Amino acid sequence: MTSSAPTGTLDGALRLVDYWATVYRRTWRGSIVTSFVTPLLYVLAMGVLLGGFVEADAEVLEGATTYLAFVVPGMVAATTMTTVVGEVTYPVMAMVKWNKTYYSMTATPLAVPDIVLAHLGFVAFRVTVTAAVFLAVTAPFGVYESLPGVLAALVVQVLLGMAFAAPVYAFAAGLRDETAFALVFRLGMIPMFLFSGAFFPVANLDAPLEALARATPLWHGVDLTRMLVLGVPDWSMVLVHVGYLLALVALGWWWALRRLTRRLAQ
Amino acid sequence: MVTASTGLILQRNFLAYRRVWWIFATGFLEPVLYLFSIGVGVGALISGFEVGGREIAYAEFVAPGMLAASAMNGAVLDSTFNFFFKLKYSKLFDQMLATPLTTSDIARGELAWSLLRGGLYSLGFLLVMLAMGLVSSWWAVLVLPAALLIGLAFGAVAMALTTFMRSWQDFELVTLTTLPMFLFSATFFPVTTYPGALRWVVEATPLYRGVVLCRELTTGAVSWDSAVSVVYLVAMGLVGLVVARRRLDSLLLT
Repeated sequence: MTSSAPTGTLDGALRLVDYWATVYRRTWRGSIVTSFVTPLLYVLAMGVLLGGFVEADAEVLEGATTYLAFVVPGMVAATTMTTVVGEVTYPVMAMVKWNKTYYSMTATPLAVPDIVLAHLGFVAFRVTVTAAVFLAVTAPFGVYESLPGVLAALVVQVLLGMAFAAPVYAFAAGLRDETAFALVFRLGMIPMFLFSGAFFPVANLDAPLEALARATPLWHGVDLTRMLVLGVPDWSMVLVHVGYLLALVALGWWWALRRLTRRLAQ
Repeated sequence: MVTASTGLILQRNFLAYRRVWWIFATGFLEPVLYLFSIGVGVGALISGFEVGGREIAYAEFVAPGMLAASAMNGAVLDSTFNFFFKLKYSKLFDQMLATPLTTSDIARGELAWSLLRGGLYSLGFLLVMLAMGLVSSWWAVLVLPAALLIGLAFGAVAMALTTFMRSWQDFELVTLTTLPMFLFSATFFPVTTYPGALRWVVEATPLYRGVVLCRELTTGAVSWDSAVSVVYLVAMGLVGLVVARRRLDSLLLT
């Protein structure tokens, strides 16, 4: 053997690239419906058809001149959330509990941070592909105002994706029983999907609910995505959003290492 | 005998869900959250639609659609994913057949459970609609049997189709059928939005029949046309049940 033990976390994670590439080659077809057809149907139904009945007022629609232009960036961010949460719930449970793949990985010179980084890196790749395809497919609807804004929005999707992926990964890594995922979906993901500004301005909510909506990570992602693609960035808000999402990534990373280390030691 | 065996399967499901009651309870939340988000939140941006010659608020328009769609979703979920798991993985039905239960008992029992569950969710949803002032006719008392009929029709057909499924990958097809119906069957906007032929296609889908039936009942716009929807859904349910029973016979008794 010429290869030696990995010298750092990044080096370790890179050793797992071929593993994740194999997984992707086997599973990408199954993700077409969930991460691509679903949002496109939502865009058609809500944006184009229902949007035809919405009185378009840029004052009310946070700068968008049509409901379609308002709802498409919201759908982009919401899809990012649902895509990554799907990738770090049951798949992580499988690696820890059902197939025990993580145990085999730690039996090699790989350490927990290498494994987490490789897994989250794969999720980042998945969300990049999904978001890029979604942005490209919705471009003909003519709702994007700025090309640099759209490219920046793509980067934002990776950040937003990681802000969801890292904490949910940590939660899943230490979980004994998969039924708790139903809670993540029904009490976390679905309410955020519906109320965090993707479908209607959060200002339409009662004041306490509006404050709650503005505190969710999805709202920060939706607002950031929307102002970027509409070409009307408010830079101080951009800083707030990016700072909030980065903090979530850091916190999630720290928690994920802690939970997975403990779990694999048992 | 029929009622006794159905009762046994109901009791079995009740016991199985007792420890995860919160999964059962939160299932009710989803359509209600959709109603608040789309009906109230998005509804604030829309002026309303005309139903039965009367202009109604958007929330009142969308609520019966949500009710019908959630009756469909609940029944389909129970008769596809849960049913497939019991059929292929936990081998629950093979175990049941080792007792005096027959394949008809299983089909009836599982469907009865799914209807009971869906009926409870629909009742809860109807009460929310009532509290929000989204019900404007006494015909609305018939919404509960209508929701059960939607559940029966979709549940039976989904159960029949599930017996043909080979792996979890095939369930993509379930999503590919129910999601477009949920989004395009006049749930969120009137069928008049569609031009000519497309409108015919939408009107021929089972969910559209369920949505307009529920909407006619909660708004009081009931007419002889409503009977078309009822007959359609009853026929769909009966065909589904017959196929499901035959397929279970050939899958389990060989």
